[in-house]
Formats: sequence, C-alpha cells, structure tokens
Amino acid sequence: MQPKPLNVLCLVSIGAHPTSGRARRAEQDARAVELGLRLAGEQVQVLHAGNAEEEALRAYLGMGLSELSVLQQPDGADALPVLFDYLKDSGAQLVLTGSQAETGEGSGMLPYLLAEQLGWPLVVGLAEVEKVENGVAQVLQALPRGQRRRLQVRLPFLASVDNAAPVARQSAFGPARRGTLWTDEVHVLDDDLLSNASFQPARPRPKRLKVIKAKTGAERMKAATAKAAGGGGQVLKDVSAQEGAEAIFKLLLEEGVIR
Amino acid sequence: MLNTLLPILLFAALLLAVIGAGKRFFMWRRGRAAQVDWLGGLLAMPKRYMVDLHHVVARDKYIANTHVATAGGFVLAAVLAIVVHGFGMHNRILGVALLGACALMFVGALFVAKRRLKPPSRLSKGPWMRLPKSLLMFSASFFIATLPVAGILPADFGGWILALVLAIGVAWGVSELFFGMTWGGPMKHAFAGALHLAWHRRAERFGGGRSTGLKALDLSNPNAPLGVEKPTDFTWNQLLGFDACVQCGKCEAACPAFAAGQPLNPKKLIQDMVVGLAGGTDAKFAGSPYPGKPVGEHSGGPHQPIVNGLVDADTLWSCTTCRACVEECPMMIEHVDAIVDMRRHLTLEKGATPNKGAEVLDNLIATDNPGGFNPGGRLNWAADLNLTLLSDKKNCDVLFWVGDGAFDMRNQRTLRAFVNVLKAANVDFAVLGLEERDSGDVARRLGDEATFQSLAKRNIATLGKYSFKRIVSCDPHSFHVLKNEYGALGGNYEVLHHSTFIAELIAAGKLNLGQHKGGSVTYHDPCYLGRYNGEYEAPRDVLRALGIEVKEMQRSGFRSRCCGGGGGAPITDIPGKQRIPDMRMVDIKETGAELVAVGCPQCTAMLEGVVEPRPQIKDIAELVADVLLEAPAAVAVKRVVEEVQ
Repeated sequence: MQPKPLNVLCLVSIGAHPTSGRARRAEQDARAVELGLRLAGEQVQVLHAGNAEEEALRAYLGMGLSELSVLQQPDGADALPVLFDYLKDSGAQLVLTGSQAETGEGSGMLPYLLAEQLGWPLVVGLAEVEKVENGVAQVLQALPRGQRRRLQVRLPFLASVDNAAPVARQSAFGPARRGTLWTDEVHVLDDDLLSNASFQPARPRPKRLKVIKAKTGAERMKAATAKAAGGGGQVLKDVSAQEGAEAIFKLLLEEGVIR
Repeated sequence: MLNTLLPILLFAALLLAVIGAGKRFFMWRRGRAAQVDWLGGLLAMPKRYMVDLHHVVARDKYIANTHVATAGGFVLAAVLAIVVHGFGMHNRILGVALLGACALMFVGALFVAKRRLKPPSRLSKGPWMRLPKSLLMFSASFFIATLPVAGILPADFGGWILALVLAIGVAWGVSELFFGMTWGGPMKHAFAGALHLAWHRRAERFGGGRSTGLKALDLSNPNAPLGVEKPTDFTWNQLLGFDACVQCGKCEAACPAFAAGQPLNPKKLIQDMVVGLAGGTDAKFAGSPYPGKPVGEHSGGPHQPIVNGLVDADTLWSCTTCRACVEECPMMIEHVDAIVDMRRHLTLEKGATPNKGAEVLDNLIATDNPGGFNPGGRLNWAADLNLTLLSDKKNCDVLFWVGDGAFDMRNQRTLRAFVNVLKAANVDFAVLGLEERDSGDVARRLGDEATFQSLAKRNIATLGKYSFKRIVSCDPHSFHVLKNEYGALGGNYEVLHHSTFIAELIAAGKLNLGQHKGGSVTYHDPCYLGRYNGEYEAPRDVLRALGIEVKEMQRSGFRSRCCGGGGGAPITDIPGKQRIPDMRMVDIKETGAELVAVGCPQCTAMLEGVVEPRPQIKDIAELVADVLLEAPAAVAVKRVVEEVQ
C-alpha cells in the first residue's frame, strides 16, 4: 500500500537577484519548494507572509503549484507570529524553508525562532528525506564538503534547506499565470526590532589568511582537499556543563568573537 | 468493352478522390483557426505554383524538367482522358492531344524512374519507389487506349485481351494518381501542396517577398494555448502544410543538426506531424530516421501530446533555427515555425527547457541579458570610447544597437572596431547604453514568448522616447528581431546590419580605406543575415572594397551552413556525433583561406571555439577598422616629419 503522502508545507519569501537586485523567487526557498514537490507532489502547500501583489510570487506557482497562500501583511511587519499562528493548527508534518531570506532582514533566524515557538525539532541543511515510517523521518543533513549525516527526526519537524538541496525546477509561464494566490488577512504586528534598528551596508566577512606551505603539487592537492581542520581544537568528553561552557567561552575570547 | 469500362473506372476513381479530399480536408480543419484568403489564395495558387515554387525546384534542373514533363503531362492527360474516355467525346483532335500528353508524361516518368534506380539517401523509399511505375502505367495505358480514338489503330484492335490488360493498367494508374492523391499515397503532395500554396500561413513569401519573423503568441487571452501540445494545436493551414511534404529530403540534406548526428531530421519531423494528424505510428516512414532513433517506436494521434509520444524533446531542441530546411523546401513548408511552436509549449507550460535553458531564461528575466551579468555593466566595454548616450542627445541619425555581445570580451573587439569605423566616417550616432536590453531573440527561440514579449515591449517603449533615423547592429539576431519581429508588437524601425551600413558608407565615399594585407579570405554567411534577411551582397561588397577576393565556400549564400550557434542550440546543447562548428570549419578549410570573415557574434564564438590550427576569425567591422586610413593622421605625420627636419 502506498503510504499517505507527507503533509508538507513550504515557507517562501521574495528573493532578489544577486547582480540586478530585481525581485525573483528566492533561490533557497525555491529549493525548499522543489523538495516539497518531490515529497508530496502537488499536495504540497506553499505559504508566504507578505504582500500578495508581488509578481515574483508567481514564479513559485510556475513550478507547477495550483495555489499559494499569502498571509497579507505590509513590508517590515513581523512574519514570525503570523506564521506561528498559521502553522500550529495547520496539521503540517514537515515545514520546509530556505536558510536565509534574500531581502528584508535576512537574519536567517526565522527557522530557529519558529521551531522554538512551535516546540518542533529543526534540521538545518536538509538535503534529502529518505523515508518516513511510524511518525519518524529518516533524513540526510548536508555538511560541508559534500558530507551527509543521517538523522532520525520525529514528525512534525521544521527543516531549512541550503544549496545542498536539489536545484529548483524551471518556473513556467503558463502555470504561473493560472495559479491562484489565496490571501489571508492576518493581524499585523509591527516588528519592533526591525523598526528600531538601523541598517548599515554589509561588510564582506573577513577570510582567514591562507598560508600555503606546500612545496609540491601533491601537498597542495592534499591541502586543498583536506578537511578544514583547525588543528588547535580539542575534543571534550564527559565534562560537566560548567566546564564545557568555560571551554567554549575561552575559545570565543581567543578567537576575538567576544571581547 | 473498354468504352464502357473506362468511364466507370475514371468516374469511380474521381468519386473516391472527392470523398478522400473531403476526409483529408476535415482532418486539417481539426487544427486551430487561421485567417486565410480563401478565394484570393486559390486564384493566386497557379501563379505561386508556376513561379515561386518552380523557382525553388529549378535549383535542381534535372528534377525541375522531369517534374514539368510529368506533372504537366499528367494534368493535361487527366483532363483530356476525362473528356475523351469519361464522357466519350471521341474526337480525333482531342485524341491526338491526349496521345501527346501521355507521351510527355511517359518521358517525364522515365526520368523519375531513372532517378529511382540509385536514389540518394535523402529520398524516401517505400511507396515512393512505386510511383514511377504507376506514372508509366497510367501514361502507357491511356496512350494505347487512345490510339483508336486518334484513328491510328482500328477501334477493336487487340480484342478483349488487350482491353483487359489496358483496364488493369488504367485501374492501377487512376488508383495511384486520382484517389491515391487524397487517400495518403505519394501523390498526396500534389493535392495538399496545391492547397497549401493557396492558403499558406506566410502568403507574403510569394512574389519574391520574404517573411521570416516568428508569429507572436496571444498572451493577453488566458485561454489561448501557449504553443503546440497536440497536433490539433497547430493552425489548420500548418497541418495542411505538413501534408504537402513530397519527402524529397532537400531539408535533410541541408540540416546542420542532421549532419552532426543530432536526433533531428526535418523531413522525418514533418512526416511525424502527418502521422499525428492522421493518427498511427511512424513505422511506415521510409526515409532516414532521426540519427540514433530507430523508426517504429513512436506513435501519436491528433489529440495526443506530441512530445514523448510522437517526437522526443531532444529532436525539437536540436534545431538551430538556421532555416536551411525552409529555404530548400520545394513545397515551402515552414519547419522552423512548427519547431518553435512545440518548444513554446515545453517552455511555457512544462518548464522543460533543457540544460542551461532555464538558467538563461531566468537571467533574461532578472538581468535582461542571458549571461546574468549586472545590467549596470552593459556599457563597460566602451568606458574609454566616450560614446554619446541617446538619453542625453534625444535624437541622432544612427542608433547603434550594441546587443548582448557587450558582455563578451571577444565581441567587444568587434564593437570597438565598429565604433572606430563610425567615428572615422563622422556618423552622427548614439547608443542606448544601460537602457538597452536583450532583444529577446534567444528567449523567443527557446520558446519563452512571455520573456521575449516583455523584453521587446520594454525595448520598444525605450526606443519610442527618442528620435533616430535608423538602427544599426553588429548582431544579425538583434537585427532580425528588431526589423522583423518587433513590428507585431508595435515597433517599426528601419534596421540595418553593420555590413550593410559600412557598404553604404564606402559607396558614399565616407571611409578612407587601405587594402587588406592578411592573406586569403573566405566569408561565412550568418543565417539570420542571409536566409532570414536576404543580405548576401553587402558584406561581400565591403570585402571587395578592402581588396579582398572572397574564396567562396561550396555552401555559401542562401546555402550557407549554420555555425551551430542559432536558436539557443549552444544553450540546449543536444549531443550528436560531431559539432556543427567543426563541420563548418571543414567547409572553411576546403577553400584554403587563411582568414574567415564573419558578421555575427554567435558565428564568431562558435567558429573560434574550433580547436587550432584553423583559419583566423575576424568580423567585417574588424577587417574594415584594420585598414582605416585617417586623413588627419596623415597630416600629423607630415608635421612630425617637418619638425624632424
């Protein structure tokens, strides 16, 4: 017997093209929809909190969705509470989202905060759902350098996808034009944090200097393919929470993350 | 006995032919509506047949003469046979005329038979091998049966044995030539072909005209189909056009994708459309298959999806839209229209543009250029050239349409060379700069009509803000789209390719040119300049003015072989046995030329992609700029000389 398809819900946002800045479907969110379509077919639900008038939303419909729900709210409103309200009664078993929005605050915090409020587990960097049995999903989590970690997660859970997830299918004009955008009026909550904060242009994250010590091609190859091993790290086992926290605090001080 | 048998045979065959014609007509009419000039088309048909079609056929003298004799003899013989034997008007003069017609047809049929002795691979076999025999049988039988009417033989000559033999011969002949014509035999081409000429979807092509721009999709009506999914989504006169195919395989012989071993054969594609029109499998197809795809594994029907039933998607994506098939087709069938129609469905409905297609289309939507480059960098190539922007100047003589080659470092050399030429000739020109967008060529040919129209409409709106006399472009694709495809969306401009414009400048004496000193040169005709727009002479005139005697390739002018870069083919990149540009480079090397002159950024890129050693590739603009003699410079040199003294 074919198991009942998973009740999958994808959270999508409006993206911005990296060179032109033009509105588009967000790369990672589109990958989340792709994953959702592969898991649940056309039963997948797609949800956006924001402006339903935004044409770029239709690019998600163009992937073959018949409808997309929008929790109507103005720019700058806090998406978190309305998404929480929607999700807690939605019956969704798996909620997929991109790791970080391309527009707006783009803090990448939403999956964490949402999972915390819902009390659901969060899988970061979901690459594949292998199987779902007895309310437990076996999934692959993407780690750096193409590594995968197999996890067992109980349903319902929330997962964020990054570029390790399958590439989003092409968005076609016909389904994009035909699809329906359902609008839900929701209680608008201002995002205090956002309205009080001031924006400043992002600075590229400083990169560690890469000192090439290799003398031969083989050594360079080894250096290029080796894991990013700091070398100075230490493995703490069977230590108390106090000792662990102190070790972490010490490292953060050393690295200059906190002063 | 023959006197009673012949009328029965003739009229029975004619009746069956009429029934078949009706059936076939309603098969075509399953297609979508199309605006045709019903009566005007029919009236114009004989002229289209005798002049325009003959023009194409006459490129091959052997078959042209053969066809004139056979078809002319047949039409005359058929009419006279109906009068003489059908209505029993045993007039001696008519009899002699019928004898003459039969003899003419017989001679023609002999030549048809001769060509079928060792048929080239492009010709279909199967029932087509039977056709010369049927033609001979028809003409011979009527010839002998008419001898008594002409008074050459006594009326009862040969007795009932001859009568029986003749009756069988006539029955065979009229089966093939009368009702075989409307029931799907090889002679169908005459019936469908005549009507196809009458109700052709591009009537402008007749009388020496040219119609090469793709037809716009109606995107404002949400119920209108986006391209062609099933055979019935074609317009009915397209279906009629497919039915007109005579399976001569001229398209197959000209198709670059077929020669490269990609899974496309234009002839087979048209025959597959006929299979789709009537329903069935392709097992009966008796010509060359799509390379790598055996015949007999595909089937379809009028209301079934074409792709992945009747035709595989990679067949459609192999086409470079070079139009060589359309140019060669003696029945003036529009292969490229059909392919793009089906691509439209795949892209707009299925989101199934293969390989890099989706990425290129996304880039076009988000950045207005296929490479996804920052639109703000569109004029970086000209940072030091001090070009005038049309937004500053508002009006000019010549708007230089730069095209997406602006982002390509190789093409930037061409663009800079052309700017040098424009400056040397003191042309009042300007560019759109950052206001320019991709013309939409590649989007449209990948089937994304929505993105094409979006780009085109925005370009038209930009162009509408300014006044200029003409547009000049170094890119034949932009040139073609601006000239022939923006009209339907409300943008009508006078557009020139840079080779045409340079030829004008030279003719007007505005350029002071030296002589080319770089060895022998051949010229590669870009499809979108040549076949699409009929410009073969201007580039050659320019080369001549540089003192170059072009070493022509065997396939040049309207028979030029595509470089493989059109129609989004490098983006969809369907594998074959060899690459199209490699084949073209072989053509180039055969001339022994050390340099190949080109006039298109796509051709430049494709041909330069061929591994060395090979002839150098230079754009016409570069060749001209290389030999520019600047009159003021000569003065400066003199002054330096004076100072030295």
